[in-house]
Amino acid sequence: MALTRDEVLHIAALARLGLSDDEVARLQGQLSAILDYFERLKSVDTEGLAPTSHSVPLVNVLREDEPHPSLSCEAVLGNAPRHEDGFIKVRKVLE
Amino acid sequence: MTTVATDYEVVIGLEVHAQLLTRSKMFCGCSAEYSAAPPNTHVCPVCLGMPGVLPVINRRAVELTIMTALALDCEIPEQSKFDRKNYHYPDLMKGYQVSQYDLPLSRDGWLTIETEEGERRVGVTRVHLEEDTARLTHVDGPDGSFSLVDVNRSGVPLMEIVSEPDMRSPEEARLYLVKLRQVLRYAGVSLANMEEGNFRCDANVSLRPRGSSSLGVKVEVKNMNSFRSVQRALEYEVERQTRLLDGGEAVVQETRGWVESEGKTVSQRSKEYAHDYRYFPEPDLPPMQVNRELVSRLRAALPELPDEKRRRFEEAYGLTRYEAELLVESRARADYHEAAVAASGLRGDARLQRAKQVANWMLGDMARLQNAQNVDIEAVRIQPEQLGQLVAMVEGGQITGRSAKAVFERMWREGRSPHEIVAEEGLAQISGVDELRGIVERVIAASDRAVADYRAGKTEAVQFLVGQVMKQTKGRANPGTVRDLLLEILQNG
Repeated sequence: MALTRDEVLHIAALARLGLSDDEVARLQGQLSAILDYFERLKSVDTEGLAPTSHSVPLVNVLREDEPHPSLSCEAVLGNAPRHEDGFIKVRKVLE
Repeated sequence: MTTVATDYEVVIGLEVHAQLLTRSKMFCGCSAEYSAAPPNTHVCPVCLGMPGVLPVINRRAVELTIMTALALDCEIPEQSKFDRKNYHYPDLMKGYQVSQYDLPLSRDGWLTIETEEGERRVGVTRVHLEEDTARLTHVDGPDGSFSLVDVNRSGVPLMEIVSEPDMRSPEEARLYLVKLRQVLRYAGVSLANMEEGNFRCDANVSLRPRGSSSLGVKVEVKNMNSFRSVQRALEYEVERQTRLLDGGEAVVQETRGWVESEGKTVSQRSKEYAHDYRYFPEPDLPPMQVNRELVSRLRAALPELPDEKRRRFEEAYGLTRYEAELLVESRARADYHEAAVAASGLRGDARLQRAKQVANWMLGDMARLQNAQNVDIEAVRIQPEQLGQLVAMVEGGQITGRSAKAVFERMWREGRSPHEIVAEEGLAQISGVDELRGIVERVIAASDRAVADYRAGKTEAVQFLVGQVMKQTKGRANPGTVRDLLLEILQNG
């Protein structure tokens, strides 16, 4: 199942990735190959089987509503390339 | 060219996000109390979206969501799960929001609103659970434009309540929001305060020719920060779409932001393409099986809700629907009324009489002072039993209605009992004939004109004389006794 160039560009835009023409061409092939695997999976007969959303047999793993200590502000900002007055500073993105 | 003005029907659906009253966040143990905390102090690897962390569902958040759903008469399916909603924005630490897609905690409920044409049910499509995002502050400085990120709000439990497109006017949308806020507060699941941002509303608005059953092109309106701005934004949008359609133009499906200062909605361009969220099951959170026993327990834990309480107030206290509706506006106000009535220990008609009088004070003088001074019922200094005592003193003839108003104002200011104030001010009603006779005689002696009018057949002159006696006694005289005395002296004299 071949993805079009526009579809690859759309997926890249959703992921906020800028791609060169070469990369678009390469990903067009690779993403199409992944979809082909799913086409093969679709050939399996799943008649009468409930959809599986999780592969482990666990349900209702819940915790009590009790607050625990958080990280220090210094630790939180430790990975931030830029910060100011305790805030993480990022380029302005308006939606 | 002739134009025919089309009669349009307005179609509105609302999406409300309400923060839940939990102590910790949705999937980690960080404190959910973010509003007063210094930035980035209630944050851990889970709500920061670090690789390899394991989120765990907050039990209380699930319970509060189910309680809300039950209060809105929703069905609670046995199977539910969380999903990832993928999009990239700086307020989203993980690149996806954990939300619910095809198996929400509840669906198919309703909320009753009271419109001018009577009661109407607004359908509730679903109530589901998700997590809040980080808070962004946009700054334009000399070194460029940037955003400051505070992750404290990231991961705070957020409940989404989606309505059916059942509202037919901006006013109905406002009524729905007011009622929903009331229900959330009654159920104790959320502070539901729009100005503080823990109750937010997005609206979908479209128009269609009246009589048509298909939906028109809808516009999503965001950025409304008060009930008033919701109503204004919707009114603006209805007008804008009407103008477009009347002019033969098409409404574009888009998201528009309400700009409060300019009183208009503007297109938010970057959303021109439909969002492609690529939902898929959250692999880190095992599904939930909501057992029926839990549902029964949560149903039992729900307090009496506004509609129920209103009906009971009408029946138990003989109040009008309007009075009852005002009294049950909040649980605290309703409780105040009930405490004031209960303190009397009265039964039967005397109790109804007392309930009516307490309601009159609460909805009259008390409401007036509350509004003027912006005081919530919780902060009113007059205790419920003190208001009951004041009513009892008027009913028992110990003070006049006029004095009662003055006593009430002092109770409001000082929070003291009416007995104390009446004793101190010497406001006790004068009903004694002997005590009043002297005053009445002096008034007659000083009011030649009124006395002459009375003798000339103008019986309304008596009212003037009663007024004079009330003035002399600073409102403490029993008006009935005064009138009898006046007539007696005038007829004999």
